[in-house]
Amino acid sequence: MAVNFNNPLFEVLRNPDRCIRCRVCERQCANEVHKYDADSDKMFSNEMNCVDCQRCVCLCPTQALKIRPNENQFRQNANWNMQIMDEVYKQAGSGGVLLSAMGTPKDYPVYWDKILLNASQVTNPPIDPLREPMETKTFLGKKSQKITYDKNGKAQFEKTPYLELDVPIMFSAMSFGSISKNAHESLAKAATKLGTFYNTGEGGLHRDFYQYGANTICQVASGRFGVFKGYLDAGAAIEIKMGQGAKPGIGGHLPGMKIDEEISKTRMIPMGADAISPAPHHDIYSIEDLRQLVLSLKEATNYEKPVIVKIAAVHNIAAIASGIARSGADIIAIDGFRGGTGAAPTRIRDNVGIPIELALASVDSRLRDEGIRNDVSIVVGGSIRSAADVVKAVALGADAVYIATAALLSMGCHLCRSCNTGKCNWGIATQRADLVKRLNPAIGSERLVNLITAWDHEIKEMMGGMGINSIEALRGNRLMLRGVGLTQKELDILGIMHAGE
Amino acid sequence: MKIDAAKMGYSELNKTIRESDESRFELENVLGQRYVGAGSSDKEILISGTPGNALGAYLNGSKIIVHGNAQDAIGDTMNDGAIIVHGSCGDTTGYAMRSGEIYVEKNAGYRVGIHMKSYKEQYPIIVIGGKVGDFLGEYQAGGIIIVLGIGAEGCPVGSFCGTGMHGGEMFIRSDEAPAGLPAQVCCTEATPEEKEQIRRYIDRFVKHFGNSTDELLNSKFYKLIPNSANPYKQLYVNN
Repeated sequence: MAVNFNNPLFEVLRNPDRCIRCRVCERQCANEVHKYDADSDKMFSNEMNCVDCQRCVCLCPTQALKIRPNENQFRQNANWNMQIMDEVYKQAGSGGVLLSAMGTPKDYPVYWDKILLNASQVTNPPIDPLREPMETKTFLGKKSQKITYDKNGKAQFEKTPYLELDVPIMFSAMSFGSISKNAHESLAKAATKLGTFYNTGEGGLHRDFYQYGANTICQVASGRFGVFKGYLDAGAAIEIKMGQGAKPGIGGHLPGMKIDEEISKTRMIPMGADAISPAPHHDIYSIEDLRQLVLSLKEATNYEKPVIVKIAAVHNIAAIASGIARSGADIIAIDGFRGGTGAAPTRIRDNVGIPIELALASVDSRLRDEGIRNDVSIVVGGSIRSAADVVKAVALGADAVYIATAALLSMGCHLCRSCNTGKCNWGIATQRADLVKRLNPAIGSERLVNLITAWDHEIKEMMGGMGINSIEALRGNRLMLRGVGLTQKELDILGIMHAGE
Repeated sequence: MKIDAAKMGYSELNKTIRESDESRFELENVLGQRYVGAGSSDKEILISGTPGNALGAYLNGSKIIVHGNAQDAIGDTMNDGAIIVHGSCGDTTGYAMRSGEIYVEKNAGYRVGIHMKSYKEQYPIIVIGGKVGDFLGEYQAGGIIIVLGIGAEGCPVGSFCGTGMHGGEMFIRSDEAPAGLPAQVCCTEATPEEKEQIRRYIDRFVKHFGNSTDELLNSKFYKLIPNSANPYKQLYVNN
């Protein structure tokens, strides 16, 4: 018998006094961890299959289940830790490239947690958001500085397309294919109700969701899946995907087995055929080439829609963003290296890119220095986890943020990081009909609306505390930020002072 | 509608076409204006001169005829319609094209038909009369690319032909097969039956530019198809 060198990552603890053998766990687990044995009238667990998605724990009617890290340990070694050893065993056993999902779990510094906000005391009064009007409405797009006057002396403004957001938070790109139709519907409904936008990702737009077009950002990626005139016209904005924070420099590959009838229709490719997004756009090797794609999209849509260019946060991000700002794009979306993904090679996800906080600060500074900051809006994503992160991002210079992991959590995701298996027990990152139906779009969208509404209140509370009643006055207002436990270099890049200064 | 495009920028030229109720346009003295006909669906655009990059991008049913050479990225993400070039064209011709037909009388640049794909009844066709550069049919996922090599010496395609090809077909009129094909591409001499499949496209080429279908089809053709439907199926291990 072949020896399996890998350790189960988790233990399933089943309290026999509580378990009533109702077999809910067995029915709910697409990974087939739980199994009932009629002879002994007992439930058994195949722990090798467990991904710790917590579905069984949440649905167990008697709270009989606990999932916890496996207590069995390899011999302690600070250098060769258990995870690294486990990965070596996996690759030695399969010859495969390690594939992971969601954002990196590694312990990289989270700068949001090392930045503190200001509040007003004595000399400048705080504002109570419950009593006084607070403005979080945000406009994304070029903010023209040019005013001309007609012959009657009336001011004329250059009109450019823009997005109007009631809250400075949008749902970032997740394709139909990487997530389920019900998850997409939840996002579309929530964005519409909240007065913000969700993003199709690179998999096209399902027929049923054209009705949400006014709150949809349609993405165009290197594979051009589902891209045609009707799709470009359907949304409120077009996003060119150049890169993704979780896998900078890497394309996408939706395996043929995941291309079912609905996805085939939406991506406009045959069922069962691989959907390959090449790593580069092979018609874009320069900023001039990017400009050509931006302008061809604008020409095709009569200059009615703002064009977003999404890039991953990488080493020379400021120079790249400066080029994009000159490419005719209206909005730059920057995705930090902690951003999520439906599937990415582990080594890429965990080792490539830079933190969004540093990328944002350096891009905002660079565009200001070059006098082109108002030519584009900046949207940042890549692990925005709370209203506090949003406020800090805006104060560092972002116009708005993109969230995706937090949105998935709202719908039930427990971050088991197994999206790539297609067996999401929460009905989110799967196309299996029996699993997809577990996510009710009415409930999913309601929970998303709740989350963003709560964050909006919190943003207003924090702004009020600083004596600021408009998000516009917070934007790029780095005096509201102080660092704790950061080096002078980090403070310099973030453009903030240390606490106490 | 006749438009003298001399001294007209691309934006003005395209706006004129876009906002006109007319369906037929004759553009004269075109010189480098980009995006002509982008996204349009029911127009016929005749061009004299040299249109700029991204001619007929996202084309959705219009017909564009160029009397002169075209530049890069013609028919980018084209969904329907036809582009006929009485001359040569540049790189990335028909990038991610999903349907419609592109006919080029003479030569084309690099990356012709890259990521071309088909979907149900939508089946894109590119016919190049002369020779093409490197990376022909890179990532090709559907449709037919035909290279006739008229007047070319040796094989009329460059290096790295069919890299990443995972669908569709290529027909190359040549006495010798393209060199250095990747393992994912299967190259055989086209049988008479297979050549008959492309007769109607050769007919259309001949109708546009002259020549003889029978004479062209009587020559040796190589047919390229993907070896496997999933060439990139690298073995992954879930982590």
